[in-house]
Amino acid sequence: MRLLTMATAAIMAASPVMADLVFPSLSYRTGPYAANGIPFADGYEDYFTLLNERDGGIGGVAARVIECETGYNTEKGVECYEATKGEGALVYQPLSTGITYQLIPKATADGIPVHSMGYGRTSAKNGAVFSNIFNYPANYWDGASHAVNHILDENGGDISGKKIALVYHNSAYGKEPIRTLTELSGKHGFELMEVAVDHPGQEQKSQWLQIRQQRPDYVLMWGWGVMNQVAIQEAANIRFPMDKFIGIWWSGSENDVLPAGDGADGYKALTFHNLGKDYPLFDDLQKYVVDAGKAAGAGDQVGTALYNRGMYAAMLAAEAAKTAQGIHGTAEITPAMMRDGMEALEITEAKMTELGLPGFGPEFSVSCENHGGNGLGAVAQWDAGAGEWNLITGYEASDQEVIGALVEEDSGAFAAENGITPSCS
Amino acid sequence: MPDQFLFAMEVILNGLMAGVLYALVALGFVLIYKASGIFNYAQGVMALFAALTLVGIMEGQVPFSHLINAIFGTEIHHFGWHVPALLAIAMTMVVMVGLAWAVQKFIFRHLVNQEPILLFMATIGLAFVMEGIGDIMWGAEIKKLDIGLPQGINDWIDVTTFEAFGYGFFIDNLDISATIVAIILVGALIAFSQYTKQGRALRAVADDHQAALSVGISLNFIWILVWSIAGFVALVAGIMWGAKSGVQFSLSLIALKALPVLMLGGFTSIPGAIVGGLIIGVGEKLFEFLIGPMVGGATENWFAYVLALIFLVFRPQGLFGEKIIERV
Amino acid sequence: MFYRESGDFSTTYPEDSQTFPIRFDRYRYYVVLAVAFLVIPFIINDYWANAVFVPFLIYAIAAIGLNILTGYCGQVSLGTGAFMAVGAYSCYKLMTAFPEISIVIHVILSGGITAAVVTLFGLPSLRIKGFYLAVATLAAQFFLVWLFNKVGWFYNYSASGQISAPERSVFGIIVTGPNTEAWAKYLICLVFVTLCAIIARNLTRGSMGRRWMAIRDMDIAAEIIGVNPMGAKLTAFMVSGFFVGIAGALFFSVYLGAAEVGESFGIDKSFLVLFMIIIGGLGSIFGSFAGAAFMVLLPVFLKNVFVGGLGWPTDLAAHLQFIVSGGLIIMFLIMEPHGLAQLWRLAKEKLRLWPFPH
Repeated sequence: MRLLTMATAAIMAASPVMADLVFPSLSYRTGPYAANGIPFADGYEDYFTLLNERDGGIGGVAARVIECETGYNTEKGVECYEATKGEGALVYQPLSTGITYQLIPKATADGIPVHSMGYGRTSAKNGAVFSNIFNYPANYWDGASHAVNHILDENGGDISGKKIALVYHNSAYGKEPIRTLTELSGKHGFELMEVAVDHPGQEQKSQWLQIRQQRPDYVLMWGWGVMNQVAIQEAANIRFPMDKFIGIWWSGSENDVLPAGDGADGYKALTFHNLGKDYPLFDDLQKYVVDAGKAAGAGDQVGTALYNRGMYAAMLAAEAAKTAQGIHGTAEITPAMMRDGMEALEITEAKMTELGLPGFGPEFSVSCENHGGNGLGAVAQWDAGAGEWNLITGYEASDQEVIGALVEEDSGAFAAENGITPSCS
Repeated sequence: MPDQFLFAMEVILNGLMAGVLYALVALGFVLIYKASGIFNYAQGVMALFAALTLVGIMEGQVPFSHLINAIFGTEIHHFGWHVPALLAIAMTMVVMVGLAWAVQKFIFRHLVNQEPILLFMATIGLAFVMEGIGDIMWGAEIKKLDIGLPQGINDWIDVTTFEAFGYGFFIDNLDISATIVAIILVGALIAFSQYTKQGRALRAVADDHQAALSVGISLNFIWILVWSIAGFVALVAGIMWGAKSGVQFSLSLIALKALPVLMLGGFTSIPGAIVGGLIIGVGEKLFEFLIGPMVGGATENWFAYVLALIFLVFRPQGLFGEKIIERV
Repeated sequence: MFYRESGDFSTTYPEDSQTFPIRFDRYRYYVVLAVAFLVIPFIINDYWANAVFVPFLIYAIAAIGLNILTGYCGQVSLGTGAFMAVGAYSCYKLMTAFPEISIVIHVILSGGITAAVVTLFGLPSLRIKGFYLAVATLAAQFFLVWLFNKVGWFYNYSASGQISAPERSVFGIIVTGPNTEAWAKYLICLVFVTLCAIIARNLTRGSMGRRWMAIRDMDIAAEIIGVNPMGAKLTAFMVSGFFVGIAGALFFSVYLGAAEVGESFGIDKSFLVLFMIIIGGLGSIFGSFAGAAFMVLLPVFLKNVFVGGLGWPTDLAAHLQFIVSGGLIIMFLIMEPHGLAQLWRLAKEKLRLWPFPH
């Protein structure tokens, strides 16, 4: 019982005054995916630190990031959600498909928006059904279409008779693109070969032998954690041409390619934001955050792919908060106002330039019918010699004809199962 | 179907190689179980810890730098030197021996004569502690482990088999090195246990603790010795697996790959661990190759266990395990 | 002074054989029940329900289930996570296939289905013993998880492979889905826990429990004195499966609301529940509760102390949490191998004599 009272005291001591904009960061700096969770969490926190230090917060109100460690574990994610929502959390970005699925019904009931950027439930794009869930600027089905479009471009628009293999993590996340790819294979006449890898993916010899024997023209990968590193290493081992190996954005960080060394040169990954640190914003970041000793974590992740993604997520959240402040005419916004801000969010080139991030991400706008942005994405390629990712295409559109129908179908099923009447009022 | 046949051959060969890697992990389990009756679940984490330490020493990382920086507000990360691989391996071994001593002194000395399930749980507790310490000591990011082992397809085999059969077999150079290392390791272990005084003492302890104690063998010393050897085996396993995927948390999950090997081979038999490893390696790869496509793939995780389970129903003590004699 | 039987006279057989023969103990039990049913529901909030009480109650059911198998019958199982998944998925299928039937019946039916599955996986126990059996149950763990992931029928062919619990109510009170009140969640779990504990307690002290314990203590000897090992082992698997299945069904429908098999019912779950019964005490119903409370509270408590109280970075806190929980587990095993239940027994003995030394 003493334990209980002490824990209560600890919680009480932790709850402060409610006069700032609260952005909880459900991070994972431990566990099997720590290597991916750390840079994202650092980038997320650093951007808000920068806003506080340089601009005095968002619209004059300080942003406060509450970090809560989930370890990529759904139950801890629920605990983190309950622990932080009482503090006035404006938006949740759990960076885990499992936790996102937990939060979709809970956060909707509590009226708090969730932004699952490039993960989570793809059909949440349909805002008429998923009123509080946002997944702009792109989702997995867009990703599948981007990859196929890239292959189309490389082959002059004709890929009939080609064989494309999908190496995927055998979980909800990995299975996401299969429906889209099946549709696209019918449309473009390529042959789809599915290769499942079981969690965690330490051992993939049989999968890559299968690929070596079947000789697909291209390999796509939906991997996460150790599976990425092993897959890239095995692909290098069987001398699969790396420029015909395309990973989703979660298989495209420095962590994934570095262990394979030079073997990974030429590996491609999709992305929905730019890479590297050649942006004016990074100078400010260096000046106000890193040099001031206020960087999150060890401060050594600045400029890596996942750090940029975390920072991008924070930037979108801050912009949505500004939009919300504009709509409601108050600086101290509530989660419901934040939701309105996210639904009215518009990212233009001018806005990004103003922020010191010219060309950092695609232009997009959000509306009630479309919580997923415009689905633009680009392809990045790894240069092992220089040790950096380079964008090799511009932000291109996905095949909305195919994806739109799938989104409609899946969100409709969800609405029917949960008794939701789709509406945009 | 000559093509299918050649493919199957290739799969079997690779299965054998994978089996060697499984056997390496399983060996650590067997050593400790034989000598002390402890089913050491922490073996996987020991491999991770050993590999982390090795990389840390090679790169000249400051241990606990994260903790030190958090407490004192300093900014230290690296000593700024690089240690050659062999020296680093030796230094890691010293750490592993220290670990063995600590484990013996602080944990298992106090748990002598407890039920096996409690000892097993204690090793899970140990796994937690080591996971936490490993991360605090060396950081949680993925590290590249490169001690100069060749990796990638072996050209000679590829070309030779291509000329002979019209299809070049894929064998990973790393797997070949692993096999050679494993053979040397097992040879050394056998020589050690057969021809040295400590080795004979080790076998005596494995046979009967009390009899060994009464002829003057120090159980404490033997147990530290066996944990150290298991630490060494863990280091070798950590190097081999770490070279593939980088050194990271998931390395500790290789313990799960070794469990079916143990069931199949028997918890108490070193040859069992090796034969079991080979059977599991070939079995799961072949099953994935032949049946996998029909049921949607990713069968390897469970197939190894189910295969072992079927074996056990016919031989409840594993292939080479000691016969279970039941008395009232 | 406390826990004394003096002055407590049983005049009938039922009185003599009741669960809590000592009057003080009985009153304490009533007080605990009264607080649990009449006080906590009025003061509970979302955080306490979702972070502490609901997981504690559900894990307590799972721990009782595993304790019957491992603590009472001596069969070590590492498949608890997958068996909970069986409960969860049967509950999901039943909930979506027969929406008009009460969720309570679905949960109980899920327990029944799980019991059948677990009994099937218990069959090898007739041949395989000890650690070999423990590792063999891992076959169930990995196979079932793979199966639920692979076969679309189990998750109604949804695009993502996740299952999510639709809204259902009992007596007009919503108990599943996002709009559930904290107290409703808590109460439905509490009702199931109380019933399960009473059933388990009475099973284990009856003839069935005696058979299990005979098998646990020495199966050959038990066989010779006329206990049928097949019957005893399989009933243990069945009863254990029933409880674990109920726990899994509640875990999915009431607590999580949405689940994916690999993440929510992986091997970690199996180890967690096993930890609970070892820390709590093998072969004790009280121990199942104590162990579940310990394993649920410890991380929450440590996290709040390290991050909330001391303001340390979350990653450092998480690593320290690993070290501290691992260390505590080892310490417990060294100091009191029979778990919290044994400490409780010792405390009772001491209280009985208190304040006199002998």
